[in-house]
Amino acid sequence: MNRSKLDLDPEKIDYAREISKKITQPVQDYISGHTTVSVERTTLRMLGADGIDANEVPVPNLIIQQLKERVGEGTAKFYINALLKKGLTPSALNSEIANGLDISTLEWAESAQIEKKAAELVQSFSSRVKENVGFRNEKLALHNSSQSTPLLYLIVATGNIYEDVKQAQGAAIQGADVIAVIRTTGQSLLDYVPFGPTTEGFGGTYATQENFKIMRKALDEVGEKIGKYIRLVNYCSGLCMPEIAVMGALERLDMMLNDSMYGILFRDINMYRTFVDQKFSRMVNSFAEIVINTGEDNYLTTSDAFEKAYTVTASQFINEQFAFESGMPARLMGLGHAFEMNPEMKNGFLFEMAQAQMAREIFPEAPLKYMPPTKYMTGDIFKGYAMNTLFNFIAKSTNQGILLLGMLTEAIHTPFMQDRYLGVANARYVLNSMADFSDDIEFKKDGIMQTRAKNVLDQSISFLEQINEKGLFNAIEQRMFAEVARPKNGGKGLDGVYEKTEGYYNPMYSFLARELKIN
Amino acid sequence: MQLIKPYGDTLNDGAVQLSFTLPVANGAKAIEAAIQYTKKLGFTEAEVVNAHPLSDDFTFFVVYGKTPLAIDYDKIVVEEIEKPMDFYGVNSYIKEHIQRKIAVIGACTGTDAHTVGIDAILNMKGWEQHYGLERYPMIDAFNLGAQILNEDLIRLAVEKNADAILVSQVVTQKDVHINNLTNFIELLEADGLRSQFIVLAGGPRISNKLALELGFDAGFGRGTYPEHVGSFIAKKMVEKMMR
Repeated sequence: MNRSKLDLDPEKIDYAREISKKITQPVQDYISGHTTVSVERTTLRMLGADGIDANEVPVPNLIIQQLKERVGEGTAKFYINALLKKGLTPSALNSEIANGLDISTLEWAESAQIEKKAAELVQSFSSRVKENVGFRNEKLALHNSSQSTPLLYLIVATGNIYEDVKQAQGAAIQGADVIAVIRTTGQSLLDYVPFGPTTEGFGGTYATQENFKIMRKALDEVGEKIGKYIRLVNYCSGLCMPEIAVMGALERLDMMLNDSMYGILFRDINMYRTFVDQKFSRMVNSFAEIVINTGEDNYLTTSDAFEKAYTVTASQFINEQFAFESGMPARLMGLGHAFEMNPEMKNGFLFEMAQAQMAREIFPEAPLKYMPPTKYMTGDIFKGYAMNTLFNFIAKSTNQGILLLGMLTEAIHTPFMQDRYLGVANARYVLNSMADFSDDIEFKKDGIMQTRAKNVLDQSISFLEQINEKGLFNAIEQRMFAEVARPKNGGKGLDGVYEKTEGYYNPMYSFLARELKIN
Repeated sequence: MQLIKPYGDTLNDGAVQLSFTLPVANGAKAIEAAIQYTKKLGFTEAEVVNAHPLSDDFTFFVVYGKTPLAIDYDKIVVEEIEKPMDFYGVNSYIKEHIQRKIAVIGACTGTDAHTVGIDAILNMKGWEQHYGLERYPMIDAFNLGAQILNEDLIRLAVEKNADAILVSQVVTQKDVHINNLTNFIELLEADGLRSQFIVLAGGPRISNKLALELGFDAGFGRGTYPEHVGSFIAKKMVEKMMR
């Protein structure tokens, strides 16, 4: 982008970034001093902990139960020590732990031995993930020409992973570039990750490592057949944010829904817990080159999309800072926004387009994730289809990165197979027929769209200034986001936050920090 | 008698537009199957105007059919049932008739650790695209989560000046929910607080009938959306105020 079509002032954009950095800095200080049960379970999984006991409690959770108040020391050393003292492989040790072995009471191996073993396990995790990244990059390069721009993103949500596979393969054949498997209602509030393949869910399918593996294989198969690499998405949110990230890294997922504040605002998860968890989850995602999708669309389903457009922009700035601080490059930041203005509003299309173009210009490298209309979708499927066309038009003309396709039966039922086809057909028509439209247009100087974008940017800046003044923790507590107040010590999961002790040891964290060149 | 049929472009032409998917590969045979299937549905004429493969094993059809069937409009009787208001309806109803925000507090009480029910009704996100009461501008919702003692729920309801209390019960083994719900009402009555609140019970095995028997104002079972609860509370409050 050589020049701003919207005539946005680059100094204002820089200034907004500066304040956002100031907003996130105190949070970073908190994060550095703390760990959580989910960060520790993630670390254990990276070292090889896996499996469940007779009561279906995952091994990483069993270890946390054993260590209780010692979690703040870092749990890695206990697991590595047990491997050494028992002379077992991770999978053999996992079985022992599942059968009742307590690793908190073993004698200590020498620390040099522990560090050596840690280095070996770090290496094995690193090679597996790097292999996944290599495979993905190779396939993407090979099939580069077969993917749509923006990427067409479709959702499956049957509750049964084997049924999901059929629908996902169908969606890929119909033209999807990206397949998301929606999670079952309430999974984000589980403080453990279920194990194995699952066939029952409510409104979606459990995210388990085995389900990831099954879907990955199915998409690779269909991809080979149609000459395309199909990206797989899941949800790296809730109480198990970083654990899901690591499962995705191991099973070669390509994108993760991952927002720095979504859990706090929309699932009432404690803010301290979320902030600590989101950082580690983003470090893992960055290392595995998984594109994150942030959840700004949610602000617009809560509040009016015209009035509160600035909250989206402000949240994008904050999400970006948190991501930078996790070592994430801009090319992996699928910052989110949505087409949710009231269709009855005069010039609504112009305001939507101004917003989308503004996001494009402020975050030039980010593969922006654009979400379709949902709030004003009704049983009038024909009108819904027309709205989706306008949405696709904006996505293409403002060069969005990831296009979540609108379903004409949104608000009626989970999509029929033909609904997905019609969604793809609509998008393909628009993408092709206006392929070079964005290069061919300019916006009228001081016209409706330029004025709107400038106003929203100004509003975002003053909103960010207010947040900075109060501090992010207080701002959330005082209802500044999404019209909801979340007390600092309220919400779920605070009991899983631990202050790091002086000798806190986490070789996986240190490894990722080195690789990503962060603290 | 007033016989009516669908109207395409001429009275009584019986024209109907259909679209559906059959689990077969596209081709002449699939199209013929779509025609014959449409006729089997009772249409005398059937024209496939579009057939598109969705995958190797599925084909999508758009079909126009003409039906010979008519219906006597005079014989149609509908029961006037009150529809629950939606998100917007509930908020504007509160604004208009109560003229202040209402406060709703809820918890899954006793030993029951399942927050899924109370979360579906109260949390921002709600479920199946039905926003939870927390998202309602005219409702202040407090979700206390699970394993809350009846005593604590009542204390907090008083503290927060709640208008309505939601008690969720998912586990029903050995009728533990009945004992717990009964105890809740007894505590309220002992404190002389029963009439101060609208009190609702909810859960997959809770019925309105059961809840009324136990002394609640209403019960909400499987398939309840937040707006059902919101509608009920708002209307009940207005009803109480008028009394």
